[in-house]
Amino acid sequence: MVPISAYLILAAVLFVIGTVGVLICRNIIVMLMSVELMLNAANLALITFSRALNIMDGHVFVFLVLTVAAAEAAVGLAIVIMIFRNRETVNIDRFNLMKW
Amino acid sequence: MNLDTIIFFISAIVAVFGATMMITQRNPVASVLYLIVSLVAQAVLYVQLNSVFMAAVLLIVYAGAILVLFLFVIMLLNLRGREDLTDHSLSMSRFTKYLVSTLLFIEMLFVVRSGFFADAGVTGVIATQPTGFGSVEEIATLLFTRYLYPFELTSVLIVAAIVGAVVIAKRDRGYGKPVATSKQEEPSRRQSTK
Amino acid sequence: MSEYSQYLFLVPLFPLIGFVINGLLLGRLPRWLISFVGCVSVGLSFMLSIMLFFDLKGLPPEARLITQTLFTWIPSGSLHVNISYLLDPLSAVMILVVSGVSFLIHVYSVGYMHHDPGYGRYFAFLNLFVFAMLTLVLADNFLFMFVGWEGVGLCSYLLIGFWFEKKSASDAGKKAFIVNRIGDFGFLIGMFIVFWQIGSLDFHVVMDNASTVFVTGGTLITAVCILLFVGAIGKSAQIPLYVWLPDAMEGPTPVSALIHAATMVTAGVYMIVRTNFLYVMAPNALLLVAIVGAATAIYSATIGLAQNDIKRVLAYSTVSQLGYMFLACGVTAFTAGIFHLMTHAFFKALLFLGAGSVIHAMSNEQDMRKMGGLKKYLPVTYVTFIVATLAISGIPGFSGFFSKDEILWKSFSSQYGHPLLWVIGFVTAGLTAFYMFRVVYLTFHGQERMDDHTKAHLHEAPKSMTVPQVTLAALAVIGGWVGMPHVLGFTNYFERWMEPVVSHGVHTGESHAMAAAGGYAGAELGLMIASVVLVLAAIILSRRFYNTRPELATSLRERLSGLHRLLVNKYYVDEIYGATIVRPVIYFSLFLWKIMDVVVIDGLINGFASAYNDFSQFLRGIQTGRVRSYATLFVIGVVVVVAYFILE
Repeated sequence: MVPISAYLILAAVLFVIGTVGVLICRNIIVMLMSVELMLNAANLALITFSRALNIMDGHVFVFLVLTVAAAEAAVGLAIVIMIFRNRETVNIDRFNLMKW
Repeated sequence: MNLDTIIFFISAIVAVFGATMMITQRNPVASVLYLIVSLVAQAVLYVQLNSVFMAAVLLIVYAGAILVLFLFVIMLLNLRGREDLTDHSLSMSRFTKYLVSTLLFIEMLFVVRSGFFADAGVTGVIATQPTGFGSVEEIATLLFTRYLYPFELTSVLIVAAIVGAVVIAKRDRGYGKPVATSKQEEPSRRQSTK
Repeated sequence: MSEYSQYLFLVPLFPLIGFVINGLLLGRLPRWLISFVGCVSVGLSFMLSIMLFFDLKGLPPEARLITQTLFTWIPSGSLHVNISYLLDPLSAVMILVVSGVSFLIHVYSVGYMHHDPGYGRYFAFLNLFVFAMLTLVLADNFLFMFVGWEGVGLCSYLLIGFWFEKKSASDAGKKAFIVNRIGDFGFLIGMFIVFWQIGSLDFHVVMDNASTVFVTGGTLITAVCILLFVGAIGKSAQIPLYVWLPDAMEGPTPVSALIHAATMVTAGVYMIVRTNFLYVMAPNALLLVAIVGAATAIYSATIGLAQNDIKRVLAYSTVSQLGYMFLACGVTAFTAGIFHLMTHAFFKALLFLGAGSVIHAMSNEQDMRKMGGLKKYLPVTYVTFIVATLAISGIPGFSGFFSKDEILWKSFSSQYGHPLLWVIGFVTAGLTAFYMFRVVYLTFHGQERMDDHTKAHLHEAPKSMTVPQVTLAALAVIGGWVGMPHVLGFTNYFERWMEPVVSHGVHTGESHAMAAAGGYAGAELGLMIASVVLVLAAIILSRRFYNTRPELATSLRERLSGLHRLLVNKYYVDEIYGATIVRPVIYFSLFLWKIMDVVVIDGLINGFASAYNDFSQFLRGIQTGRVRSYATLFVIGVVVVVAYFILE
């Protein structure tokens, strides 16, 4: 008998871990993966709500979110490849044309 | 302490563990693998919530396609993870980041605990499942009736993403530097001979 | 209505036009034209003044008043000030004296300043001065008079510092202006109080309303009179603001003659006489005026005893004689004060012009110890100088005798007077005779102490310089004959002429009438004889010390060397002022500059600017181009928004 709030708290934890990953990782690839993690946490929350309310709309949301995540990952990685061609590095701190 | 609870806890711990390890790895390939671990745990959780189809979709699409794409890119760029790109410094900005993240988490706890969802009966224990919940028929029905437009739009979105990805990553012959692969293969080959 | 009354405004205007012409076309005009413009403008004023005087004389005594309003100057709410002129017996006397003596001095300057490169500038300033002085005496309200007051102060500064390349000259000019300014501050406050209480600054309005608005003998009227007197102290060089006048001798000698003998320094006396209707309501103020006048008279006479520069002696003598004039005003003998002003203008200007001739002949040497025996080289100068000295000493028959005697008598007999005041005046008369004849003996008699080079250049002054001297000498003799006392059986025309102006509850008229009826007559004659005897004794003593037995002077000087040094150094007053007043002010100014201005104010402004700068540097950190910083800000934003919704 697991309470719904447990799932929600878990989703929150995963979301925050994803945020931390975005903020502290210098590797773009890992940053993108952290973003995916955050999206996943949202998915978990949606599924939980869907189950709690006994409606299927949540599942459809997750479906769509998944699609968007896929598209975004594809385009994002394409951009990473292109930048990598110029900079020879995936260190996000180097992707800076500004003087400082 | 019944089986449900145990399964939940184990899956939860594994999920969190995978996520944490993901962000602290040097080698990006290891990060990907840990993420997959986390996703598998989450799939288990989905199953526990009677969303069998979604669990399967998660594993097939997410873990099986998107993360594999990540792996492809890592290997394309030949990232060995030699430098530690995680920010381990003890600077003020790092502290701010942790602080902010903690705040975010606390806010979310607030929201969960606030009883905001009380009237939906969500904070309670999961009730018995209705029949056919989480099955493909249900999802399909919704997808092709109520959510038809979004569904069609997602196909447009995917096409746009494909075209975009191809265009962006295309190698221009004669402009700029050549693709990194040809250059990077040399040193790797040399290394392998060593 | 008189014929020339509508031309009243021309009297100050002629010199103004002269100033404009000479001032604008300074270097371009030939010498003769500059002198022509300068002298003729003042000459025209003088002729017009004479005609106006006769106009005024043709009117009956009660109605001797001509006014002319040119236009409204300040129509601001309750303050209504016109540019308007007032001609009454007092101002008629003043414009005659001012324009007449100025004219003679202008002519003299043609010769004296002949070699000076700043010729045009000199005449321009001199004309401007005459304009300002005439404005001062013709003004019909306080504010317009103040304009003239400030104007003469300005011209005094310009002319004292005429040879501004010499540091001592420019310092003297500054000193004059600054000390004057201190007095002007008192004048202004007095004016403010008058306006505050009465609501107008016109002399006639104030005169009509003063007795109803102010309480006789009360604090306000006393304050007003004292404050106005402070202005007079500054302008007319009384204690404690006299220190600028001796330094003002740095200017050209005709300037000293005109400004610091005959006209500007008399402005204070004129002002008190003009406002006598206020002073008679404040006996305490009158007492102060008399005391300051008497004290100044004797004090500066003592300093004059020991000075060696011929112009310095004359300067201190001026201060002393001005003291007499204020003494007269303080005992409500206003007519006597103006009378002495007139005669003093004649003989003091003449003394200065004579000194100028001597200096001119001695190739700019001013130290009397290097002169001597000049009477055979400069005969005209010698004779006129003697005439003036006799006048200033108060020898009967000369103008100075009549005016000074009037003052001494009034200081004794007036109900505002006091025998002690008479004693001070009496002693000062003796001192005056003594040191003036000392000058005569040291300069014109005795051994010739100058070096041979200077002696070879000794020559009498040109006609342009001697003719004015002779004219003034004549005036110094006959000028007093209009004011000869009753007690000797003469009619005092001057007193009758001035009566409409000064008859506001003043009681001198009464005591004079009592004198005519006997009783006081004996006292007056007795005092007169006493002062003549004293003066003659002083002259004989002076002759002994400086002419026949000069070694007496030397031995006296050695025996009283401490006292002598005190007098020569003018009681160290300048040094005392420097230490107690000037130095603290300078330190305070330095403090204000270095600390208030540089540190506090600049620091504040610069601080604002640099704070702003620092803040924008800080804000600049937001746009680093580093993605992770952006992400952090993102998350911070989310936290804030969610917190807002949670807390709602």
